[in-house]
Amino acid sequence: MTDPELPAGVERREIGGETRLATRGPPVYGEPTADGWRAWDPGRSKLGGMFELEFETGLSGGETVLYLGAASGTTVSHVADFAGPTYAVEFAPRPARDLVEAAEPRERLFPLLKDARTPNRYAHVVESNVDAIVQDVATRGQAEVAVRNSQFLAEDGRLLLAIKARSEDVTAEPETVFEGALDRLREAYEILETQRLDRFHEDHLGVVATPK
Amino acid sequence: MPKNWPTKAVEAGFVEDKEEYYDRLHEATNYATREVVKARERADDQQLKHSIRAMDDCERTANELAERAAEWAGSLFDDAEPGIEGARAVAKREPNGELERRAVSLAARVVDLAAERDALAETIDRIGPAVAPNLAEMAGPELAARLIALAGGLEPLAKKPSGTVQVLGAEDALFAHLSGRAPSPKHGIIYTHEYVRNTRPEDRGSASRALAGKLTLAARVDHYSGERRETLHEELRERMATIRARAEDGGGEGDDGDTDAATEGDE
Repeated sequence: MTDPELPAGVERREIGGETRLATRGPPVYGEPTADGWRAWDPGRSKLGGMFELEFETGLSGGETVLYLGAASGTTVSHVADFAGPTYAVEFAPRPARDLVEAAEPRERLFPLLKDARTPNRYAHVVESNVDAIVQDVATRGQAEVAVRNSQFLAEDGRLLLAIKARSEDVTAEPETVFEGALDRLREAYEILETQRLDRFHEDHLGVVATPK
Repeated sequence: MPKNWPTKAVEAGFVEDKEEYYDRLHEATNYATREVVKARERADDQQLKHSIRAMDDCERTANELAERAAEWAGSLFDDAEPGIEGARAVAKREPNGELERRAVSLAARVVDLAAERDALAETIDRIGPAVAPNLAEMAGPELAARLIALAGGLEPLAKKPSGTVQVLGAEDALFAHLSGRAPSPKHGIIYTHEYVRNTRPEDRGSASRALAGKLTLAARVDHYSGERRETLHEELRERMATIRARAEDGGGEGDDGDTDAATEGDE
């Protein structure tokens, strides 16, 4: 069973009596598994949420990916399960310890303890023309981070971005925050699709974009 | 600028093919990240405490010795200046005879101590954010290290109520107050923070309380989760903007008992 909108390697599987989004790989965070498939919880993963909400991600499996804001590796481990070479950038040392654990058994997952706001510090490691940038950083200036990292993305590549309103401004209306972020994004990207992720993540906007 | 590193590595003959490149990269990035994580974790709160105390000792001792060195140099050379800068000039002199040699040598120790103090400050700037990312961002690495040192560690700091954090470093004034000899202190070491120091005096109580409240939460997040939490910083900025707006409104009494920021619950 392969859904047309899901990349190869991401499937809906029967796990624990439920049909759930899943990828195949070694378990990472105690997620339920069945027949080597690990459930991908859209409530714990913005990208998982985007798949559930049927975003056109442009991913078909096997891509080279730059993942910004890898945290302890929950989502990026699923990405590495279906993608090709995956560069995982995370700034905080404590979650990075778990990230290394997730990366150890995944031969094409490369953990980097770097700040996504300063791409020049990892441009000597991350290759050019990656097929996709997945971004989930809970810091101010999320659009700015995406713009600065656009240098890594192939011309026809995809930016899959989750913008968290509260990281930008706790007091402003999320809609206002999202508009501001999208304006900044448009300086480097063409926006292909946006949709609120509220069903899984409150006050988050999912964005699919491609370089201008 | 990023380049096609896998292809370049193959062209340079570093690896046979891309697959080998990625194998090597996996090994290298895993090793490097693991090592850095380990090193940063070794840089724990106790190391930060030793570093800040050593820095203060170096600074105090350098200043004391500089006074002695300047006094001595003044009796030997015409143009000796006081302070660390004075010692720097004396240390560069070519001494004549045993006494000048000793005076110049003493000045050189002052310069070394001052350099050690600066090196310790840089170390604190580097490890502070690793030990306590939120506290270091909010307070600056140096004040964060002082708060941790005064509390005896990150965990004891995380367990203190914000009212205690507010007056950490003002123990003398606090005990004077408790024995009925003085008003309650508004702030301790957090006075050095820009949010307190650069707020007009009648609003400093509110500013200290707001800052101490968020610093306490920052210490708790750092101790229990270790992840950066932007909302904390944003909330403090908002709160400070409100407090400082009073001065622009020409509002009078600042201490209106706005204990909200100080008594907010845990996250």
